[in-house]
Amino acid sequence: MNPISFLTQMIRIAVPYLFAASGGVVAERAGIVSLTLEGFMLSGAFAAVLGTNYSGSPWVGVLCGILGGLIFSLIHAVATIRYRADQVVVGVAINLLAIGVTRFFLKLFFASSSNSPRVAGFGGNINVAGFDNPLLWLGIIVAPVMAFVIYKTPFGLRVRAVGEHPDAAESVGVSVTRVRYVAVAISGMLAALGGVYLALDQHQFTDQMTAGRGFIAISAVIFGRWDPIRAALACLLFAAAETLQIQLQGSHAIPSQFIEMIPYALTIIALAGVVGRAVPPAALGKVED
Amino acid sequence: MTEGVQPTFTAAPWRERAQEALIPPLVALLVALICGDLLILSYGQSPAAVYRLLLEGTWGNAYGFGQVLYKATTLAFTGLAVSFGLRAGLFNIGGESQLAAGGFGAALMGLALPVGTPLILALLVCMIAAGLAGGVVGAVPAYLKTRFGAHEVIVTIMLNFIVLALLNWFIAGHLHVPETLHTPEIHAGVLPRLADIDPRFHGSAANLALIVAVLVAFAVWFYLFRARGGYELRAVGLQPQAAEYGGISVGRVWMRALTFSGVIAGIGGINYVLGYKHYYEDGFASGAGFLGIAVALVGRNHPLGVLVAAFFFATLSQGGLAIHAFVPKQMMDVLQGVVILAVAMAVPEVRRILRGARGRSDA
Repeated sequence: MNPISFLTQMIRIAVPYLFAASGGVVAERAGIVSLTLEGFMLSGAFAAVLGTNYSGSPWVGVLCGILGGLIFSLIHAVATIRYRADQVVVGVAINLLAIGVTRFFLKLFFASSSNSPRVAGFGGNINVAGFDNPLLWLGIIVAPVMAFVIYKTPFGLRVRAVGEHPDAAESVGVSVTRVRYVAVAISGMLAALGGVYLALDQHQFTDQMTAGRGFIAISAVIFGRWDPIRAALACLLFAAAETLQIQLQGSHAIPSQFIEMIPYALTIIALAGVVGRAVPPAALGKVED
Repeated sequence: MTEGVQPTFTAAPWRERAQEALIPPLVALLVALICGDLLILSYGQSPAAVYRLLLEGTWGNAYGFGQVLYKATTLAFTGLAVSFGLRAGLFNIGGESQLAAGGFGAALMGLALPVGTPLILALLVCMIAAGLAGGVVGAVPAYLKTRFGAHEVIVTIMLNFIVLALLNWFIAGHLHVPETLHTPEIHAGVLPRLADIDPRFHGSAANLALIVAVLVAFAVWFYLFRARGGYELRAVGLQPQAAEYGGISVGRVWMRALTFSGVIAGIGGINYVLGYKHYYEDGFASGAGFLGIAVALVGRNHPLGVLVAAFFFATLSQGGLAIHAFVPKQMMDVLQGVVILAVAMAVPEVRRILRGARGRSDA
């Protein structure tokens, strides 16, 4: 096994996770459950293909993708913050809605129930293994940037305060509602970028193409104990396992299904506290009347 | 009222409780109808004509109605499973894998039984196998929650992926008919179909599991509202600290609630395996577990409501096929999401409005 090709493949697989997990960290640190990452990614992927298809420019696609994720995240925010709906239920609804809406529009715009036509993408120089894609580089730096935002900026301080102790934050003049709206919107746009990368990398949208990646991202958030850098490392770990599975294909050393399970099993172990208990933000998922 | 504001400890009157239960689903239905109109218009079709087609294709003929009943059966099981957990304050998102595990258990038992086993016996044994398989999957988050405080939502989601991957490995690697992803046909436990009783249902998959679903719904109702264990379960769901103080072991109730939630979803596997295909096929659950959450939510966690909601969502799903020539059936996927979202938003809102009105009239 060539270590360079292993590493590059791992990073390419990790990029969608890195975007989505960074988004998940922000929303969850603000106290809003992020079971919606899957839906945000899917809507971002579809909107990016739609935009690229009609404009011919992947950059327009990126903007459309961000907008798609933003729309879904605002639905999520209005339902959970304004209407105080159960965040888990809304999460399930958003994911189903994203599947439904992308399927319906796939049919409406492209007259297909499985995939869009081929669209333009970034890069394409086969000698650099996908590293001429600006989104890939953005994905590599997104976690450190989020860490800076969360730990070093006033906004990040507010996010953490709102997620740990909303009443205290409110009492010193922080608008809990506004911080949460912004945090959820950021999570929607970032997760959508993960979907955008995926779709433009494959040059098309296919039905349910995110295939559970949003849930791997949420696993990384939990396994990384709600810290952007540790969540990013978890993303890399999960991506490494996947790369291993791909490179071992055909050797039958370990059934691929068992490698698929690794992120999920590690998350359960982390939650059960076998090695250093994962403790969520105190106000996560709580609705105050 | 010279004493100032009197605290009110009385339970809400039944009228208000009925309003609180029924208004959100009705609001959701209205919102879904409006969204449906927009989607149909975006396709350049007439909403009235499409809705008529939908009703004709579902409730208007025996085959369509049979298909609705078949789909409603699985949803009733997964919906009952979710609502059983929610009554204890626990969110079981593992319906998808519990249903699949149950179907797998039923198929294994159906394969193990000798040909010619009496139907009642075979059904019972297969149901036990299905319930056990689902119950084992449900017991894992129950144990992790009780023992370590691990949140059941995340654990059940993660377990979905793990269990489905395990089942896939088992089927793909060990127990499939060549060139397929399903087991051989079961030897015993094939359930009679509705069409065997009334030939007008010919071709539809509705079968005896429908009766089992209704019986399970009744059993859940009896347990929740007429048995001591159900009283404890609901007490824990309303206020765990108070229940603990009242002498109820919250951990034990959690164990019971999530495990039996898994059992109920698991038994749902018989509808497909014993009633329809007569084998276990990889991926047969295909979203029915997640829709169970919608069914429980719209059915307001009451067994009767769950049956009605299961029927409603089954109608949507079958209705999609009926209108497909004019508007893509994918429209129904959108409407499912819209309904869940609308109910989730309307439930707390309606409660606040009703409580607010009561607060004013009491003063």
